[in-house]
Amino acid sequence: MRKIAIYGKGGIGKSTTTQNTVAGLAEMGKNVMVVGCDPKADSTRLLLHGLAQKTVLDTLREEGEDVELDDVMKDGFKGTHCVESGGPEPGVGCAGRGIITSINLLEQLGAYDDDKHLDYVFYDVLGDVVCGGFAMPIRDGKAQEVYIVCSGEMMAMYAANNICKSISKFGKVGDVRLGGLICNSRKVDNEANMIQEFAKKLGTQMIHFVPRDNMVQHAEINRKTVIDHAPEHPQADEYRALAKKINDNTMQVIPTPLAMQELEDLLVGFGIMN
Amino acid sequence: MLLRHTTAKEIDRKALTINPAKTCQPIGAMYAALGLHGCLPHSHGSQGCCSYHRSALTRHFKEPVMASTSSFSEGSSVFGGSSNLVSAIETIFSVYEPDVIAVHTTCLSETIGDDLTQIISKANEDGKVPAGKKVIYCNTPSYVGTHVTGYANQVSAFVKFFSTATPKKRNVVNLVAGWMEPSDMREIKRIANEMEARTIMFPDMSGVLDTPLTGHYDMYPKGGTTQADMIATGDSKFSIGIGPYTTEDACIKLENKCKVKFETVEIPIGLKATDRFIMSLSRHANLPVPDSLTEERGRLIDLIADNNKNFYDKRVALYGDPDTLIPLVEFLLTLDMKPVYIVTGTPGKHFDDAMTAMLKEKVPEAKFKSGERADMFQLHQWIKQEGVDMLIGNSYGKYIARDENIPFVRLGFPVMDRPGNNFFPCVGYTGATNLLIKILDAFLDHKDRTCPEEKVELVM
Repeated sequence: MRKIAIYGKGGIGKSTTTQNTVAGLAEMGKNVMVVGCDPKADSTRLLLHGLAQKTVLDTLREEGEDVELDDVMKDGFKGTHCVESGGPEPGVGCAGRGIITSINLLEQLGAYDDDKHLDYVFYDVLGDVVCGGFAMPIRDGKAQEVYIVCSGEMMAMYAANNICKSISKFGKVGDVRLGGLICNSRKVDNEANMIQEFAKKLGTQMIHFVPRDNMVQHAEINRKTVIDHAPEHPQADEYRALAKKINDNTMQVIPTPLAMQELEDLLVGFGIMN
Repeated sequence: MLLRHTTAKEIDRKALTINPAKTCQPIGAMYAALGLHGCLPHSHGSQGCCSYHRSALTRHFKEPVMASTSSFSEGSSVFGGSSNLVSAIETIFSVYEPDVIAVHTTCLSETIGDDLTQIISKANEDGKVPAGKKVIYCNTPSYVGTHVTGYANQVSAFVKFFSTATPKKRNVVNLVAGWMEPSDMREIKRIANEMEARTIMFPDMSGVLDTPLTGHYDMYPKGGTTQADMIATGDSKFSIGIGPYTTEDACIKLENKCKVKFETVEIPIGLKATDRFIMSLSRHANLPVPDSLTEERGRLIDLIADNNKNFYDKRVALYGDPDTLIPLVEFLLTLDMKPVYIVTGTPGKHFDDAMTAMLKEKVPEAKFKSGERADMFQLHQWIKQEGVDMLIGNSYGKYIARDENIPFVRLGFPVMDRPGNNFFPCVGYTGATNLLIKILDAFLDHKDRTCPEEKVELVM
């Protein structure tokens, strides 16, 4: 079983990319579980066709009840197992603690047990690594592989660099490694070259360049992944390619995060000069 | 040698405190909350916090200390403690019937960012607070400040939620009590009575944590500042904050809210601090100092003069809270003693400034330290480098006193291994006499026990 965490700046397209990639892996016949680690609980919407489900933390509200895994795990597109950790309403409580609690609960419930015959677990984690809770998926061997979704925009790269800082921190004591950057294009000038160079400086690779296409939005409106909604569309093949690259990927590194100045130089060198 | 691993050689430590001279914020808040009549302290956090804070107070005062808790579970930590607190308020008022619930936070509820203002106003809106009852609150994260800070925050909350100015000013002086024993509060009220001054003391733990055994249990004992008095503090003509670390913030809030001018004085431990307190009260209550107090003062001076040979040049190490240590160091200097090592875990510039001013000329070799990295381990190291004749502080010092074979006077919070704090005040001239006798006894007992046989004297 490969355990993969997807990180990246808020709004960069982590959930969309994750679900489309998972759809690609499912199409290949892989048995995949997706754990949404976002209090908004919208990380599995495309796989479940918008089906709202009880979140893991919802079960905590009704303490005393015996929780069954089936209550919180729903099957989506091509048998993918979907779980949402959930969390508090905005402005109260502690979402970070929620992720820790939720992952521990899932383990107790046996979501990862061998009898589930899982090939992949994907953690789709909210935003940047903001506190210990959001780093939970990469602590204690929960996820061994991290992919960072980014674009050629400065703040997305800045966030990616920050995430690398926490991977290099946890990588020294645990077995978490960076598998690569996924460039989710924002049509920034010279984007692919810049992210390739950025990846090289981090000691990793740009595993795939996902071009920007309106079909992703069409599929989303229909509450589906592109592979599900328009299997013949070229964009579906992009996600299939990404899924295959991840499936074949053997490059696992402890990244070397950049200093702020280095990062800015990179942007000037690629973005502005050209 | 219980502390055999303590070395004389100091190694610069940046990230380690060993035997800190401080404890949690909520302990202070809980203690101060008990000084309001009919008030139940409520700890907004996990059960362990509340249990520890209650037991810390009970071990010291040897009295049952009642407090309730929001009993956070894992779920409360994730979703916030709002529903727990709201149902706690409902249960407490229906089962335990206090007049006031004084909520304080804990590290957990602070870190997840629970907003007490919003939660408690919701409890009020939803009708969970019966008519005539009140829920007040203060923020007490333990990773900021110490128990002293928590006490100060609770006292400020009393002002914030009760003190009210009406057009009618009263000829009353507020005595804002810093962290003292109930017996000390009783003594200060006695002094004010001797002067026939009209005062309101808040908080007032006398009659709450030193109650007589009657065979009848009162969850809310007779003592404590009444709500009516607490409200009336806004109409008083002046406030005296007794202990700046614990009362200055409340005094400032009272001035801002109700235009009551104030002055802070040190806790009246020793001759000079008592002089200043009495002169302050005399000036602001506009009353003369009665002969009875002048006579008490005279008896203290006689005792000091008679025993100067026992005090002179004796080296003393002290630790505790700044409001206690500052007047205590001053008193030791009055006695011609040498306070050489002084440590407090409570941060603050006032302590450092006061120590520098008092010790610079009289005891230039003195070492003192305040804040989170000041600890009793270092105090012990200093003692190992050059010994002292006496140690003064709370019960935690007994290990150092035993290992180094030095006379030990228990003073401060907590004293868990000797009773009597609630009988003998250490404030005022009478309190100074008590303290002086304690110091003398410790010296002379030690001398009798350890001096060569040919030096044992019947008359000392």
